[in-house]
Amino acid sequence: MKLNRRVFIGTGAAASAVLSAQNVIAAGHAKPRVVVVGGGAGGATAARYIAKDSKGEIDVTLIEPTRMYYTCFFSNLYLGGFKDIDDLGHSYGGLAAGGVNVVHDWAIGVDRAAKTVSLAGGASVPYDKLILSPGIDFVDGAVDGWDLSAQNAMPHAYKGGSQTELLKAQIAAMPAGGTFAMVAPPNPYRCPPGPYERVSMVAHYLKANNPTAKIIVADPKAKFSKQALFQEGWAEHYEGMIDWIGEDFGGGNVSVDPSAMTVTIDGEETKVDVCNVIPAMKAGRIAELAGVTEGNWAPVNAADMSSKADADIYVLGDASQQGDMPKSGFSANSQAKVCANAVRGALTGSKVFPARFSNTCWSLIDTNDGVKVGATYEATTEKIAKVDGFISETGESADLRKATYEESEGWYAGITSDMFG
Amino acid sequence: MALRFLTPLSFACILGAGGGAAQGDADAGQKVFRKCAVCHQLGADAKNRVGPHLNGIFGRAAASSPDFKYSKSMRRAGNDGLIWTQNTLDAYIENPKALISKTRMNFPGLGDAQDRADLLAFLRSYSDNPADIPEAEPTAQAHMLDPAILKIEGDPEYGAYLAGDCTTCHQRNGADEGIPSITNWPAEDFVVAMHAYKNKLRPHPVMQMMAGRLADEEIAALAAYFKDLE
Repeated sequence: MKLNRRVFIGTGAAASAVLSAQNVIAAGHAKPRVVVVGGGAGGATAARYIAKDSKGEIDVTLIEPTRMYYTCFFSNLYLGGFKDIDDLGHSYGGLAAGGVNVVHDWAIGVDRAAKTVSLAGGASVPYDKLILSPGIDFVDGAVDGWDLSAQNAMPHAYKGGSQTELLKAQIAAMPAGGTFAMVAPPNPYRCPPGPYERVSMVAHYLKANNPTAKIIVADPKAKFSKQALFQEGWAEHYEGMIDWIGEDFGGGNVSVDPSAMTVTIDGEETKVDVCNVIPAMKAGRIAELAGVTEGNWAPVNAADMSSKADADIYVLGDASQQGDMPKSGFSANSQAKVCANAVRGALTGSKVFPARFSNTCWSLIDTNDGVKVGATYEATTEKIAKVDGFISETGESADLRKATYEESEGWYAGITSDMFG
Repeated sequence: MALRFLTPLSFACILGAGGGAAQGDADAGQKVFRKCAVCHQLGADAKNRVGPHLNGIFGRAAASSPDFKYSKSMRRAGNDGLIWTQNTLDAYIENPKALISKTRMNFPGLGDAQDRADLLAFLRSYSDNPADIPEAEPTAQAHMLDPAILKIEGDPEYGAYLAGDCTTCHQRNGADEGIPSITNWPAEDFVVAMHAYKNKLRPHPVMQMMAGRLADEEIAALAAYFKDLE
């Protein structure tokens, strides 16, 4: 048997799921097999929990193309200068050491009848249960004038990593008094407060390094997450710098020209120096290829995150259409643990406990000025439904805001260790 | 971590007495205060010593006396909005670490409800804000913690599952930066603290929300899981 080292890394468990280059499926396999596609907050957590809690009774394979995962959460803090890019990077070594067979390849298809996932490298991986946690892709033609070929001129920076670094470099290179434009996305999208935290962090950077620079936000929405908190903070910290143009003022009527570096908002063209285009989003493409999407997202059952189209496929995180939970890393992590418990129960007969979910989103407005919003959720027959929630208040003390920021750093350390071990 | 041991009976009173059934006698409280006076000053020339001075303690935010170096736990509670009232002081004095996990106040607690009521009546005479005394302002509802709650045997397997809700923020390895550690917490302390959040005696909106939906058995299960976590 031949182990394809370009495809496989990891320990022990890798050897039991050997593939050759010729799409060979391991025969006579006694253990149930779980394949997880996507190694972010949903997928990494699910893979880790199933491997950890099944104590070797289940073979878990994680398929993830990148060797280092750069979190999208906290990437705005990198833009603001509060984090280094290395602070956001996480390897999959901890998962491999924890018994997960980590395969660095692209999943390019799912054969639901044969129950296999095909990889760009040519292999085909069999599964008993398949967990899709592919995050987001962008809706074609969502912003007039922009497509993926323009992502270097006008980065989205809405997937962590090189795009984030590119946007940061462009902001640093802005001429004195230059203009940063953002095209904000329509609902629903990954990380509802994310664009506005980004505006805050860009403003923080510019205030220190390019204080006469301006920020324009073209937004197709009339209101947004934590709006009162952000707008209070913008007035307090960045007075006169940020021009938010919501739906009521034509913020949704926008086109861009990446070669000319212009943005046209409600008929008015503006030359800009940096343009961060965050287009409308949809489930990561593999969900669509697997045939489990309806429209842009993959509907799931709230009790266990199983797809409404296929009982042996589960969809986690941003890609799923589950009800009331916002698309966030915290949500995906929470859903993954419910899913892991259900999948383990289905394959090994372990006890399955009722689903329960939670989410909290922290945002940083300026140095030591953190805010948060959160809620708990339960599974109903129709959807994941909100039970209870809270949000930071305007006018809170500086000490509380500082504590909230410190809490967010504690959370970052907590969730990344929960994901990657 | 400092471990404390109290009998279930004494825990059972913690959340209950704050409702203020017991009427305090300030003169009797002056005698009780001798236990406190080793560290705390009161009156005209009171200064911060080992503990902060206690003038005007009613209605004061936790950890808000200038120039006093509070524990991290106490500062967290203050930031989260803990105000010293009849209710919160009563809970704190009965079992300091049940309300403020790692308080520097090295005091085992006053188990006797009448002693506490007397002490608080005495302290109240040095607080000049009548809006914060119980008669002037309704205090929070009394929340009796049924002694049976403390006898529930938690199911650690269920606790392990429920802990998924906790470990997104609280690290299993006990790291304590920004978010406090809950690993290896004695089960009784865990149960009392979670009920204190559930009953909104302990401040912090996330924890009040998370604890708010936990049933008694679920809190016991979590306590059983975290107490022995490697």
